[in-house]
This record gives sequence, C-alpha cells and structure tokens, in this order.
Amino acid sequence: MIPAQFDYVRPGDVAEAVRVLAESEEPKVMAGGQSLTPLLRFRLAYPDVVVDLGGLTELRGVADEGEWLRIGAMTTHDEVIHDPLVAAHCPLLAQATHTVADPAVRHRGTLGGSLAHADPAGDLPAVALALDAEFLVSGEDGDRAVPASEFFQDYLTTVLDIGDVLTAVRFPKLTGWSFHYKKFSQTAQAWAIVGVAAAVRRDDGSVAEARVGLTNMGSTPIRARQVEEACRGVPARTDALREAAQSADAGTDPPNDLSAQADYRRHLARVLTGRALAAAAGL
Amino acid sequence: MPHIRVTVDGVSYDDQVEARRLLVHYLREQLGKVGTPVGCDTTNCGACTVLMDGQSVKSCSVLACQADGHDITTVEALAADGDLHPIQRAFHETHALQCGYCTPGMMMAALDLLRDNPDPSDEEIREGLEGNMCRCTGYVNIVRAVREAAAVMRATTAAPESESRTTDVPQQVVREQEPAPQAASGGASS
Ligand SMILES: Cc1cc2nc3c(=O)[nH]c(=O)nc-3n(C[C@H](O)[C@H](O)[C@H](O)COP(=O)(O)OP(=O)(O)OC[C@H]3O[C@@H](n4cnc5c(N)ncnc54)[C@H](O)[C@@H]3O)c2cc1C
Ligand code: FES
Ligand code: FES
Repeated sequence: MIPAQFDYVRPGDVAEAVRVLAESEEPKVMAGGQSLTPLLRFRLAYPDVVVDLGGLTELRGVADEGEWLRIGAMTTHDEVIHDPLVAAHCPLLAQATHTVADPAVRHRGTLGGSLAHADPAGDLPAVALALDAEFLVSGEDGDRAVPASEFFQDYLTTVLDIGDVLTAVRFPKLTGWSFHYKKFSQTAQAWAIVGVAAAVRRDDGSVAEARVGLTNMGSTPIRARQVEEACRGVPARTDALREAAQSADAGTDPPNDLSAQADYRRHLARVLTGRALAAAAGL
Repeated sequence: MPHIRVTVDGVSYDDQVEARRLLVHYLREQLGKVGTPVGCDTTNCGACTVLMDGQSVKSCSVLACQADGHDITTVEALAADGDLHPIQRAFHETHALQCGYCTPGMMMAALDLLRDNPDPSDEEIREGLEGNMCRCTGYVNIVRAVREAAAVMRATTAAPESESRTTDVPQQVVREQEPAPQAASGGASS
C-alpha cells in the first residue's frame, strides 16, 4: 500500500530534531525506516510529520569512552557488525546483530531504531538488558540517561516520549567476561522464537558471575535473575550450567502465536539458556 | 513538496517527490525504470533490491526523499549495449529463474555479496541472499548461478587485459535529465 500523506523534515542537528518534534502534533522519528516504513505502508502508523534522523552524522559511529563503549543511535546494524571497537569490547552485540534480518535490512536498520522499536522478538533489547547498557536520550526538557532495566516498558513501548530522540547507547566493556547469543528461529531472515543473550565471568574452573537476557519470553526483554543466582560459583561444566538454566522461564510470560505455544517457548528458554551459558563459558 | 537530487544508473535527476513516495515507486513511476518490481508490503521479499551507494537496500523501504544525494543502481544498469553482465548470463545459463519476478532483486543482492566476498561458499551465498525470496526455483540453481558468475567475475578481475568486458556495474556518463515523460511529475500514484 501507499503510506498516508505526511510532511518530511530532515533536521541538521539533534536540537533541531527535538524542536520539530515538540512543535508537531503526531510526529514520528525515522531512523533506518526498516520497521517504520512497513507500518506506514499498512497505515498502522500515520504521523503528520516524519522526522528523519538520516542527516545526523553526530549520531553515527562508535567511540571508546574508557570503561564504556558509546554507540550512536543511527549506527547501522552493518556498521556495528564490522566495527573493530565493538568486536573488541562488545562482541555479544556484534554476534546478536549478525542474526538480525538480512544484509539489505542491516544496511539501513540502526541500533537505536531496533531498541526504540522494542519489538519483544527483537534481538538487541535482550543484549542491552543483559549488558546493563545505558540509553542517552534528548528531549524537550534536556538530556537524560536511562538504564536498560528501566528503558523497556511494555510491548513496543519504551520510556521514550513522543518528543524524545534516543541519541546513543553506552555499553560497559565487561573485561574478563565472555559471551554468546543463541537464537532459535525456523527459517532464514526470521525473528527469534526465543533468543538468549548470555555473559559469563569465569574464575578458573568455576563460574564467578553470569548474566542472562531473554528475547521473546514476554512483552519486554527479561533478565533471568534466578539463573544468574544459580550460576554463581558452580563448576564451569555443561551439566552444571544446564542445571542452573532450569529456572530460565521463571517469571516470564511468553506469547502464544503462529511460531510457537507458550509452553514450548518455556522449554526452549531452559534448553537454549543452558546452551548459551555453556558456549559463553567456552565449553 | 520535497526536492531531491539523485543519481540513478549513472544519470542524475533533479526532482520533486511526495514525502510519502517510496523509492521503488519513484524509480518505476516517475523515472519509468520498471526493471525493479515490488513483491510485498513487509520488507521481506527482496524483489525490489537495488544498490544505494553500492550497498544493497530494499527500495520499497526507503523513501525517495531519503535517497536525496545518493547514488542508486538498478538492475537496468547491468547490461551494457545488450551485452549481459556475468550475473545475468549465469542466471540465464544455469536456469536460475522460472517466472523471473525475484530475479532483479536476486541479482542485485548477489552483486552486493560478491563485492564483499568474491569467492563465496554455497553456504555463504545462501546467507547473503537470505533477504530474497523465490517462490519458483527452490534456490538450487540460483546458488549455482551466483557461484558461476563469481568465477567469471574473478577471472575477469584477474586478467584485466583480456577481451571480456568489465564486470563492474557499468557507470553511464552522468548527465542532467528531465524526468521521464510518462511521469506526471510528482503526481500521486495512489
Ligand atoms: C524483513 C525484516 C526482518 C527483521 N528481522 C529482525 C530480527 O530477526 N531481529 C531483530 O532484532 N530485528 C529484525 N528486524 C527489524 C530491524 O532490526 C529494524 O532495523 C529495526 O527494528 C528498526 O530499526 P530502524 O533503524 O529501521 O528504525 P525505524 O524503522 O526507522 O524506527 C522504528 C521505531 O523506532 C523509533 N525510533 C527509531 N530511532 C529512534 C531514535 N533514535 N529515537 C527515538 N525513536 C526512534 C521510530 O519512531 C519507530 O517507531 C527485521 C526487519 C525486517 C524488515
Ligand atoms: S517489495 Fe518485498 S522487500 Fe521490497
Ligand atoms: S523465479 Fe519466480 S519467484 Fe523466483
């Protein structure tokens, strides 16, 4: 279908973007447009103004900030996958991003767009949550930093207000940790039926700490806190991690849909969490 | 109405477009470049794939406004003076199409893959084309075609003095051009 009429603005800087958003009634930010354009075509979204962030080079690229890696919201998936700083300090993000969609979508789609869109089946929200990333937001009332644990509110809903621009995401470097993203899907170019983002810090033969983020086990990404607790101090062995993963579905509310029923998703969460932890621990 | 300057298949255009006009509709309806088809509403099928500054994009999911200042290459740029590009010849010779609807997108996605990886394995070809769907062929001959085109293109790059034509995407002489006459310039197509 053809989208409904809208005005198009391409601001030159973030301040202008925030001003245009504040002045419009039903504005919509556009990043890579890979989720928004289909919504416009189905007329599920009918903004009066589309504010295209495509001209904001300041929102693009990766910077080393000591303990943190700062990634501009408009950095494309393809850029994330090929960035040497991301490879060195945030390999979990690169690995998960590689599973997103297909090459053409990854050339346009952005990190910020994926996180702001907050699709429960999206791969990157669980990664941001597991890594305790921080979201940098500019709005009418100035700038603020939001922890990942507060950013995702509900199905396709974040703390971002209609007038807010997500400008960058900061990922802690987590030196001494290793990672794995496990995605379960049926076909190529498909969304996750369930996904697991795992991070492990080993202390020789045992697991000192672990973090687990779940994709598509509820209306938002979910931290599997019980698993994280159960991992503390266990021997770094596949059977021990599989055992610790048995509580992966605790506190989740997975959907029933065409791809899978909720009980099957619970089963997948337990199995995939065990595998993701083992892979992250280098087993 | 927004104003864009865009280069398409080596020709630069200066045009007014509706904000909501998708790049693929601009190409087909305003420029008359119907080589690029539309297959879906969901950014899934890849039939509309073109190159934007050399990278594959789905032209149904880029606004024409967003192409402002960029360089677009469509399937129509591949054959120079009726001489097929190696990727076209390989699709033809290995029977990599039946209805042909997916073929322009398949070939553009394949060129994007080969630019990155001139000698891909079958697995890498399948991954590189994961955003392109074919309802007819079952993909086996498409993978063969890309493998064979890759071999021809590598041979041509290795022996530049040979007679075979260049395997680069041809760049026509850039010239200013009015929008194609069938385009009631900027008119709503809905
Ligand atoms: C065929 C297909 C398959 C896909 N498969 C996957 C997959 O397997 N896994 C996965 O994770 N994703 C998948 N995606 C989605 C992909 O990751 C998109 O790129 C992403 O969801 C949206 O990013 P975008 O930059 O295109 O955002 P847009 O489409 O431009 O925007 C999406 C939403 O976020 C808002 N927004 C965007 N940027 C900002 C910002 N900086 N500040 C405030 N609001 C903002 C927009 O207003 C809009 O509501 C797929 C998409 C397609 C088309
Ligand atoms: S028409 Fe299907 S992806 Fe563009
Ligand atoms: S040849 Fe018919 S869709 Fe591919």
